[in-house]
Amino acid sequence: MPVLARTIEKGGLPTVTVTMMPAYAQTAGTPRVLGVEFPFGHPMGMPDDAETQTGVLLAALRHLEQATEPRARRDLDYKWPVPQEIAYKAWQPREPSPIVAWFKEQVLKRRAVEEGN
Amino acid sequence: MVVDDNKYLPRSFAAMFQVPDDARVSDVPFTTLKRHVRESRIALVTTAGIWNKDTADSFDYEREKREPLWGDPTYRVFGNDLRQEQVGAGHLHLNNDDVLADFNIALPIDRLRELVTAGEAGSAANHHYSFMGYQGGGPSGPDTTEWETRYVPEVVARMRDEGVDAVVVTPT
Repeated sequence: MPVLARTIEKGGLPTVTVTMMPAYAQTAGTPRVLGVEFPFGHPMGMPDDAETQTGVLLAALRHLEQATEPRARRDLDYKWPVPQEIAYKAWQPREPSPIVAWFKEQVLKRRAVEEGN
Repeated sequence: MVVDDNKYLPRSFAAMFQVPDDARVSDVPFTTLKRHVRESRIALVTTAGIWNKDTADSFDYEREKREPLWGDPTYRVFGNDLRQEQVGAGHLHLNNDDVLADFNIALPIDRLRELVTAGEAGSAANHHYSFMGYQGGGPSGPDTTEWETRYVPEVVARMRDEGVDAVVVTPT
């Protein structure tokens, strides 16, 4: 979340944020943005893929040094090695998160009211 | 390549991340790096919601299950000698299998140590940190007050005491 880097930076320490949502990060005022097109939960890459993890971290360190203005964004070229339709499901929890379940419940309640139950 | 924010984002979540152009945040804090990265001390911060089972308790995922509009705002601390079997994970918005197989996908402590050895970074901070990214939701959106006023300033103070020069933030 952009607020994390923003708060650290306000405390006087430079940050670089590695993110799967670089456009959002920029708009929401993240100081330095490094974009990766990876599934959520995996900002540095796949488990046991030290080569990619090192590449992403090194790019983050370079961006720290090279970025000269707020919101400076660089996107990396790594391609996720798993097909999108599989990776899209694989990162998500097996059970819906409590807030997703809560929202579904609200929709059902509203529908019940509308239908006069 | 231009990274697509929406590639792995469920369509029903997209609205949460829409920032209209006129609401674009205008004040962006920006602190200049004081020395080269090769001479800098680097700390890592993730939002993966992980902890070291030997030294810390889990995030309060049970309370989040009872109160879905609430997310645990606290943080956990890690040393550079973290071993995979010590890592606990329970983030309710992610599949935790991969971070339980290799914490470096979110908190790259081992990769940082290697880059320090290779001379690409000055040193690793003695400690690194995990928050848990879900800070409440529902109609009013996340509430990051506790992060902003208490827990993140606490982490920043610890970092400054350790002589940290820069921070790599890895939201999940």
